[in-house]
Formats: sequence, C-alpha cells, structure tokens
Amino acid sequence: MASYTLKVRRYQPEAEEDGRRGAYWETFDVELDPTLSVLDGLLQARDGSDGTLSVRCSCRAAICGSCGMKINGQSTLACKTRIGEAAAEAARISGADASGPLISPPAEKELADGDGAPGPGTESAGNEPIVIEPMGNQPVIKDLVTDMESTHWKKFRRVTPWLLPSGPPPEREHIVPPESMVDVTQSVACIQCGACVSACLSMEADPEFIGPAALAKAYRFVGDPRDGQTTERLYDLANDPHGIYDCTHCFACVDVCPKGVAPMNQIMRLRRLAGHDHDIHDVNNGRNHELGFVKIIERKGTLDESLLLQESYAPGVKGKLLPRAASIKGLLQSIPTAIRGIRTGKMRSLPKLIPGVHPKLPGDAQDHVKAIYDRAEESRIQLNLYVIGEGGEEDQAAEAVEPESVSEEPSAT
Amino acid sequence: MKLAYWPGCVSRGFTTELHGSMALTAEALGIELVTLDRANCCGAGVIAEHNQELADTLNARTFALAQQTGLSMMNICSTCQGAQSECQERLDADAAYRAHINESLSGEGLEYRKDADGFTNKNFLWLLVEDYGLDELAGKVKRPLSGLRVGPFYGCYVLRPKTRLGYDEHPDRDLYLERVIEVLGGEIVDYDGARRCCGFPVITMNRETSLRQTGTHVGDALDAGADCLVTPCPLCHLNLDMQQPEAAKVVGRDLGLAVLHLPQLVGLALGFEPGQLGMPKHIASTVAVEDRIAALA
Ligand code: SF4
Ligand code: SF4
Ligand code: SF4
Ligand code: SF4
Ligand code: FES
Repeated sequence: MASYTLKVRRYQPEAEEDGRRGAYWETFDVELDPTLSVLDGLLQARDGSDGTLSVRCSCRAAICGSCGMKINGQSTLACKTRIGEAAAEAARISGADASGPLISPPAEKELADGDGAPGPGTESAGNEPIVIEPMGNQPVIKDLVTDMESTHWKKFRRVTPWLLPSGPPPEREHIVPPESMVDVTQSVACIQCGACVSACLSMEADPEFIGPAALAKAYRFVGDPRDGQTTERLYDLANDPHGIYDCTHCFACVDVCPKGVAPMNQIMRLRRLAGHDHDIHDVNNGRNHELGFVKIIERKGTLDESLLLQESYAPGVKGKLLPRAASIKGLLQSIPTAIRGIRTGKMRSLPKLIPGVHPKLPGDAQDHVKAIYDRAEESRIQLNLYVIGEGGEEDQAAEAVEPESVSEEPSAT
Repeated sequence: MKLAYWPGCVSRGFTTELHGSMALTAEALGIELVTLDRANCCGAGVIAEHNQELADTLNARTFALAQQTGLSMMNICSTCQGAQSECQERLDADAAYRAHINESLSGEGLEYRKDADGFTNKNFLWLLVEDYGLDELAGKVKRPLSGLRVGPFYGCYVLRPKTRLGYDEHPDRDLYLERVIEVLGGEIVDYDGARRCCGFPVITMNRETSLRQTGTHVGDALDAGADCLVTPCPLCHLNLDMQQPEAAKVVGRDLGLAVLHLPQLVGLALGFEPGQLGMPKHIASTVAVEDRIAALA
C-alpha cells in the first residue's frame, strides 16, 4: 500500500448553469497498491470522498475502450496505467516543469487557480500529484467523461466503416490470401477508446480533420481484398481537405495508442496507395508534393526547397504551362515568404529561387543514388514490424522473412 | 570528440545560419566534425511515404558512409533523427531485409552493419547531454544568458514515438532542452507548445492547419513571456520563423518572437556574437535578444 495524490480536472455543467465556475481542479488522496491502476485510484476517490466524481469505465482490463483520459498530459487508458508508474512519471516531469504536465491543455492556465484548487496542506507525503484530465479535442460532458459523438463516432461513420463487396456474394466464403488479412490486423485491433483523437495535434488546429482512429479504420477496408470500392474510398480520402493529407505526421497517435494500432502508419499507407498505386492527383497537392520530393532527391541527392515548391504546385513542363487554379494560389501564397527571405539574406540570393542551380552530390555519388532508386522502385518491399516483430532474433527473423514475399502491399483491386 | 556529421539539406539551403553556427559552436566546444558530403537526404518521411524500401536504402547508404569513417554519426535536425531512426529500426529488425538492402549498396562498395562498433546516430541535443556532458558544457560557458527567457521547442521527431527513439535507455530525452537552457544560464519558459507539432509537414497541403499550429505555439510562448524560442529542428524553424508573419495572419494576432537554432543559443553562451551566428538572417526579428545579449556583455 502506498498513498497517492490525484489532481483531477473537474467540470460540473450544473454549476455553470447557476453562474458558478464549472471547471476547477480538485485533489484526492488515495491509498492503494502501486501495481493497481489509476482507474482504481479514481474509483476509490469516488467511493470514499465524492460520489459525484464522474468516470467512464467498464471492463477494467483495457478491452472495452471506455476509460480514455489524460494522465500527466498523456492520453491513455486509466485501467491500463499503473498508479505507481504514473506517480513516478509525475515526479520525473515536475523536475523541469513545476507547473504541470508536459502537454497541458490550452485552457489550463486561466483555470488552474480556480475554486477547489489544492489548498495548503492537501499535498500528501512528498508525492507529486498525478494530473488527471478528460481527453482533449472532445467536448467535456462532466468531469472525466467526454462527448465522443461529434469528434469520434461521426468521423468514424464518415469513412463508411463496413465492407462494400463488389458483385454478387460468392457461393461459399470469400477466398483471400492470408497475408492480406494479416496486413489489416493492426487496424482491426482498435478498441475505439479515442486516445489518439485526444492526442492528435492536427485536430487541435483543424477540428474538421477526419482524424487518426477513423482513418485507421478506413485503411482496414481499403486494405481488405474483398472490398470493391478501394479506388472510390481512396479518391474520397485524398481529396477531402481534412483527409489523409491533413495529418502532420506528428506521431502523437502512435505514441498513445494502447493497442499498437499506429494510426499514422495506416494513414501513410493510405497515402502510398492513393498516390503511388492509384496515381490519384488530389486537390490538396499531396501526390504532387510527394512526387516532387522524390524526383528532386533522385536528381540532386539533397533537397532543393525552391524546386520542391514549384514541383509540388506545378509539376513538370505541363504543370507550368497549364497550371491549375489551386497551384497558382499555392505559389502566390508562398511569394511573400520568399521575398522576406531574400530581404534578410536567408535565401542567399535570387538564384536560390531559380531551380536548377542546386548542386548534385559530388563525384559519382549521384549515380549511386540513382541506382538505388532503380532497384528500390522495382522491388518496393514493405517490411511490417507489427507483423514480424521489432528487433527480433536475427535467425528467427531471417527465417520469417523472405524479402520478395514480405508483406508487400496487398494489390488493391 | 570526433563525429561523422550529416548536416541535412535544410541547414545548407534555407537555414544556412544553422550550418554556420554549428561549425563555430562545435569548434569552440572541441567537437571535430567530419562532414559526410557524399550522403543523401533522409527523405523526411516523404520518401518512406512513397516507397519504404527506397527510404530505407537511402538511409542505409548514409549510415554506411558514416561507418566507413569508423565514427559515430551526428545530425542537427529532429526530422533527420526521426526519419533515419525509423529506417534504422527496420534495417536492424531483420537480417534478410538488411542483406537485400546491402545488395543495393554494394555497387558503391558500401555496407550497413548493425551494431557496428557501438555506432550511434544522434542529434546535437542528445550528444550534448549524453556524450559531451552538461558539466563539460557548463565549463565552456563564457557568457551566462542571465535573464534571457527561452521557450523550448523540440520537434515531434525527437519526442515520438518513444519506443523507437531510445526512451527506454534515455527516458529524459524530452527534458534535455530545459536542461541545456539551464546550464547556459537562461530562464526556462513554460508554455503549451514545447512538445507539440509546428505543422510544417502539411504546409503545402493544408496551409491553414499548418500555420494555425505554428501561430498558436508562438502566441502561447509570447503570452508566457518568452524572449525567444530554441529548436533543434531546422524544419520547425522554417515554420516557426520563416512562416511566422503568415501564421500571424491565420491566428489573427501580432506575433514577432525570435526563434533560435540550438547551436545559436549555445554559441551565444560561448561568447559568439549574434552576427557571427547568422541571427540577422532570421525572418522574425532577433533584435530584442541581441539587445539582451549586449546588455550582458
Ligand atoms: S500523426 Fe497525424 S493523425 Fe496521428 S496524431 Fe499526428 S496529426 Fe493526428
Ligand atoms: S487507434 Fe488506438 S488510440 Fe485510437 S481509438 Fe483505436 S485503440 Fe484507441
Ligand atoms: S529532414 Fe530535412 S534536412 Fe534532414 S535530410 Fe531530410 S530534408 Fe534534409
Ligand atoms: S515540429 Fe514539425 S518540423 Fe519539427 S519535427 Fe515536428 S513535424 Fe517536423
Ligand atoms: S475500463 Fe475498459 S478499457 Fe479501461
């Protein structure tokens, strides 16, 4: 048994209705074994101190996905987080940042000193309080319970999360290659807890973003060989301004997911399928940006930013002769930034903006880079660490993997 | 201390002041850098998005070039760190895959060897804290940055995903900027954006999402009283500094906050002048920082 202090972000809608402050911090002292969960701690606080403390939970075994919340700033499942470890993490981060969690919600500052804030004497024996908040990017209903309808379920339905097979059903079962089902197991593992939605840094800036959980689910059907709408699904997700090209690649969802779904990786696979395999030139310039980047490295070995700008907005000769409206807008928007750069000497001179003056790699290095391109574009192996396991034993791994047959992208039809 | 050095593309393109300040700072610290001038771009995640094997082979080539020197490797870009660590994780996970990749390198006489002689690839921040040492750094400080209020900005790719980025072995990598600021005599500014994303990867795909992220973080740091931000990532710098005036329009408020590259902040404490470190090249004015430094001297 050990004692812990929980610093809980509370919210009472009824208080707000009669003009009192609805949101505030409150601390609870609890006593339990360090191997028990933060959820156990919260339930003890509810049973022993305040019956109105609201928490959503059911299975208490990381299966149902009900108890998503932020613990020390990290979105996670409360039933999966050991209270002893949470206390250690609270102590670790407070060393550098005495005022709270590493990633705190924007609203925290003005409310931190609200009513119910920990008064003197409420800290328990030398324990750094474990900071507990409702999930981010979701409206709070009460205390730690958020409304997942508008931010999660609506988007989930947006991606048509069911199979759309083509043609009449087969007489018996669908026959599919086993690898192709292994390929979607990672996205099938999702328990809809919303932790990734809570952590998503694009969604903070753009609440319309379809988001990690729904896009991971979209891959689950795009990657399913039985589905007959693969191209349509990809076209839709690539052209939606809040779709696959609205993800900033921040890895927040990968870090917090309690089930190893790695939503961002699924989004990158959607991009690879939409761009490379289906050659969908989306209105968001996602495909052009990717192609521009890849081509420049093939020719120059290192990045030439001015060329990238041009290539992503108006690729090739045709793009420059017949630019699309979106391309012209994109190029025009980048001009003020470029001019400021010339003024301060950041872009050394005007030639920096003229494509073609960026040097290639020295000697024969560029030829070797080109040779790497030729071979890799031919074989396109996709090693999936979720399937083969990370850093496995050499020999075991060597057996498990035959380069040519490794989880290559399922041919999407 | 001697290292094989991958400067990255951006530090030799849009942020030449980073390359320059790194060279000065390294020399003053007694770190010898052997530039890998035949090495290629890490792909910044974009090449991996296009073709994973291509990205893995290109980075295996860079590692192999570094291993040829017999030295460990240093980069100065959070994004390089993230993209290269991702490829390295796959290369190290599977012997057959590694052999396949090495075949592509054989034409140049190169080979990537897993765990070769304790080979590591670390960015300047990690090296400074883990290998160079904060005590050693403290001993080199000639001009403590007293009263300079610095907001740390890490960049996603040295923070996440923790499992890949060595946090098991070095759990405090998400606190190193604060430690360095402290050792240099500066004051740490606590604000919401330190470990969030600058939005750079979608600047050409969703400008609004991208600039709203940058504008919000810069605004939060200003509200928290920062004199400047410091970042170990030149791509973050592109958004935080170069796009700052555009970000101001998107978030609808005045910004105007200097954003320093990590070697510039270290360089100031080592006694270099802002001009030597290329600070006047920044878009967001560094004059306020320069005035404070002048007052210290
Ligand atoms: S990687 Fe993309 S989807 Fe995942 S949290 Fe970041 S922005 Fe959101
Ligand atoms: S992807 Fe992971 S974090 Fe996101 S809802 Fe599913 S289980 Fe939760
Ligand atoms: S991340 Fe940037 S600097 Fe690093 S190699 Fe890639 S493009 Fe170059
Ligand atoms: S903050 Fe932006 S540029 Fe910096 S590492 Fe993250 S995504 Fe990359
Ligand atoms: S209570 Fe079911 S996942 Fe936590």
